[in-house]
Amino acid sequence: MSNSHNQESSYLDYKGRFKGIFAWIFSTDHKRIALLYLYSIATFFIVGALLGLAMKLELIAPGKTIMEAKTYNGVFTLHGITMIFLIVIPGLPAVFGNFLLPIMIGAKDVSFPRLNLLSWWVYIFGAAVAISSQFLGNGPPDTGWTFYAPYSFRTTTNMLPAVLGAFILGFSSILTGLNFIVTIHRMRAPGMSWLKMPLFPWALYGTAWIQLLATPIVGITLLMIVAERTLHIGFFDPTLGGDPVLYQHLFWIYSHPAVYIMILPAMGVISEILPTFARKPIFGYKAIVVSTLLIAFIGYFVWGHHMFTAGMSGTAQFAFSFLTFLVAIPSAIKVFNWIATLYKGSIQLKTPFYWAVSFLFVFMIGGLSGLVLGSLATNVHVHDTAFVVAHFHFIVFGGVGYAFFAALHYWFPKIYGKMYDEGWANTGWVIFFMGFLILYLPMFVLGIMGMPRRYFDYVDEFSRLNIVSSLGAILMIFGLIVIILNLVRSARYGKTAMANPWGGPTLEWQISSPPALENFNEIPVVSKDPYDFSNVKLG
Amino acid sequence: MITSNLSNLARGVDTAFIVILSVIFFFLIGLTVVLIIFILRYRESKNPVASQIHGNNKLEIIWTVIPLLIVMAMFYFGWTGWKPMDSAPPDDAFEIETTARMWKWSFKYPNGKRLDTLVIPAGKPVSLNMNSLDVIHSIYIPAFRLKKDINPGSERNAWFIANTPGIYDLFCTEYCGLEHSSMISSVKVLSADEFESWYADSVSETHIAVKTEVSASSRGKQIVQQLGCNACHSADGTKIVGPSYLGVFGHEVTVIRDGKTVTVTADEDYIRRSILDPNFEIVEGYNKGLMLSYEDLLSDEELDLIVEYIKSLN
Ligand code: HEC
Ligand SMILES: [Cu+2]
Ligand SMILES: [Cu+2]
Repeated sequence: MSNSHNQESSYLDYKGRFKGIFAWIFSTDHKRIALLYLYSIATFFIVGALLGLAMKLELIAPGKTIMEAKTYNGVFTLHGITMIFLIVIPGLPAVFGNFLLPIMIGAKDVSFPRLNLLSWWVYIFGAAVAISSQFLGNGPPDTGWTFYAPYSFRTTTNMLPAVLGAFILGFSSILTGLNFIVTIHRMRAPGMSWLKMPLFPWALYGTAWIQLLATPIVGITLLMIVAERTLHIGFFDPTLGGDPVLYQHLFWIYSHPAVYIMILPAMGVISEILPTFARKPIFGYKAIVVSTLLIAFIGYFVWGHHMFTAGMSGTAQFAFSFLTFLVAIPSAIKVFNWIATLYKGSIQLKTPFYWAVSFLFVFMIGGLSGLVLGSLATNVHVHDTAFVVAHFHFIVFGGVGYAFFAALHYWFPKIYGKMYDEGWANTGWVIFFMGFLILYLPMFVLGIMGMPRRYFDYVDEFSRLNIVSSLGAILMIFGLIVIILNLVRSARYGKTAMANPWGGPTLEWQISSPPALENFNEIPVVSKDPYDFSNVKLG
Repeated sequence: MITSNLSNLARGVDTAFIVILSVIFFFLIGLTVVLIIFILRYRESKNPVASQIHGNNKLEIIWTVIPLLIVMAMFYFGWTGWKPMDSAPPDDAFEIETTARMWKWSFKYPNGKRLDTLVIPAGKPVSLNMNSLDVIHSIYIPAFRLKKDINPGSERNAWFIANTPGIYDLFCTEYCGLEHSSMISSVKVLSADEFESWYADSVSETHIAVKTEVSASSRGKQIVQQLGCNACHSADGTKIVGPSYLGVFGHEVTVIRDGKTVTVTADEDYIRRSILDPNFEIVEGYNKGLMLSYEDLLSDEELDLIVEYIKSLN
């Protein structure tokens, strides 16, 4: 296949063995695979967001508004499954990790390009299995994305395919994680020692280890569920002699670290964007690296904070609460370093910077509200209420979502070789940001007032804040439409982008926009620190 | 948030809330202000050349150690506020058997009274011995800062002292299926005297307070409502979780008994069996294990009234 292609042609125009869509879905180029992920994830995201909007419209008034309780329960389940398993867990590593990891460490591709393509296929297969649960059998699952036993065994709806889908998606995660770990160990450009590696690859490295070590738990849990349903071996169902709390342990042993699978790459993105727009090195590079690894490590031992009302021993409660408070520290250190990065900078006020700064704000709210959940006494009051929903939307949607949009605008010129329209991008951001706060802030208050989550209907005292929240949702969706339309339009009709429109110091800004098929004509030799601005040329 | 003193648990929880919320607002406001000042002061037009600062070890140590001390303090308040929830109930606590099932609460008193709302005396420890018959439920009385999951297959205790007479919400806060959000009840706290006379009152001592002056079938209807059967059954022919009562009586029903499909006529005995031993015969097209026996919850008289009610829907 290497006979006649032109070194200069970009990865977008490159013509290989296959034509049309096959040139994409059978491509082993990490950049094309990244875009495959981007388009699949964007599609699922639109569905997930509309499901979220439907829930908010249902909750705009007590009683039935637009759907039945049964539909509502199905909708929040599907919303959770899509958002968590199809979007947020794979999201940043699969899209931006794939596109940028090799380039940022000065490589031509990942270590195992074909395995990388396989990961995408496995992802699509897992997604198809998960989605099939909506159409096969006795109707859509209504268990919530947590599938708690024994309800999930008793419901007549179709929960097995959804869990199986999660399991297959887990495989895709493991393969990507493995690929990234090997790539980072083996393929860094000459001269790029560990401590000369930019922070986004560092974050991907921490994430990959969590993917590799935590995801198998999902597999074990699934096997136990299957054994229980078919062979009637009692693991979780008390009528068979099982323990429902065991299920919760297994579920959260995976799903808490999964939160860090989501948030670490987001932190990595922010650590790239802030220095570029402040035109100065990241503050405390080593502190950020160490805190990334600490989060990845301590994050394994805090899952019990999801179960403080489930009935664990006092010792377990003590330990889980204590460790949860500890894991807050490395995140706090990152926030302090990010803010300090702006000190004495020369800040360009551009869209990616706005996204990054609003990330800081919503991430602070998300993280600080987590303190309420880490503390035993207050956790008991707000556990399983709207407070928790607000908290994790600030972290997962606020954190990961904002970082995703920041990344999308920041690397857009690199990916497509075009500029987005700045005016529309900023307008979309303002509307989205306002809508987001109006949507989720009232939910903290609702939770403290005592409104349980997963409620189709509620008592009158909760109605005023629910109206506000629902109106926020409408505003936010409106912002989202502006953002997406602007990006889609700009990818086609935007102004041609330069190689380094922001003056970024890392390797991806030293190659053409969009990159050539093999990224670098010659593998670069690295001698400088990653955030050294001394020789950065704009344009 | 104002501290409430509505139960013995509230003080500790609310103290933890105040400590933690103060820390939260201090950091959130402080950091946001710093962030905004930096952005305004160091934007390109004000500060064209950035200073290439790489970090500062002293600062790193300061902003590691100080937050560490603060989180330990927060942890401490959370722990002490939670401790009372884990303690054993005092010996003189008033015990109430609490049963959760899809989607109904039931409270049984030592003297045999049974209700779907919780009536308790103020100022006296009340101990709930809680069981679930089907899936996980979670009792939540926001005003008292009380929440505990009730796992099927194991009893759980929650005890507290309500301080002030009044009526408070009681929710189920672990998702438990279709009617999860209507698994709501209330707590009625009476002064000690009022409670004494309510408790001794023999009129409401029947299992379920039903007006006696109306016809048997409408009394049956009231019982069915109070027991929460209507979460799964309708009277107008719509399928919910289970079949509708409409037109069952006297008709042929296809059921699965011991794995075999048989046809039975829905007579009075069949209706009784369906309520007392629902999983003996499963109506075709529905699932086993959803409806649980009501044997312990119904007197013979009440069962007769329900049968009358279902007969009337023909
Ligand atoms: C959690 C849902 C649920 C609740 C609550 C419930 N049932 Fe049922 N019921 C079912 C299901 C499902 C079936 C069909 C399967 C079976 O036969 O067990 C059923 C079957 C029946 C039948 C047989 C109907 C027929 O068409 O043959 C009767 C009678 C009945 N229930 C009465 C009651 C009464 C009376 C109550 C309240 C005391 C009640 N049920 C509470 C779910 C429920
Ligand atoms: Cu967690
Ligand atoms: Cu419940």
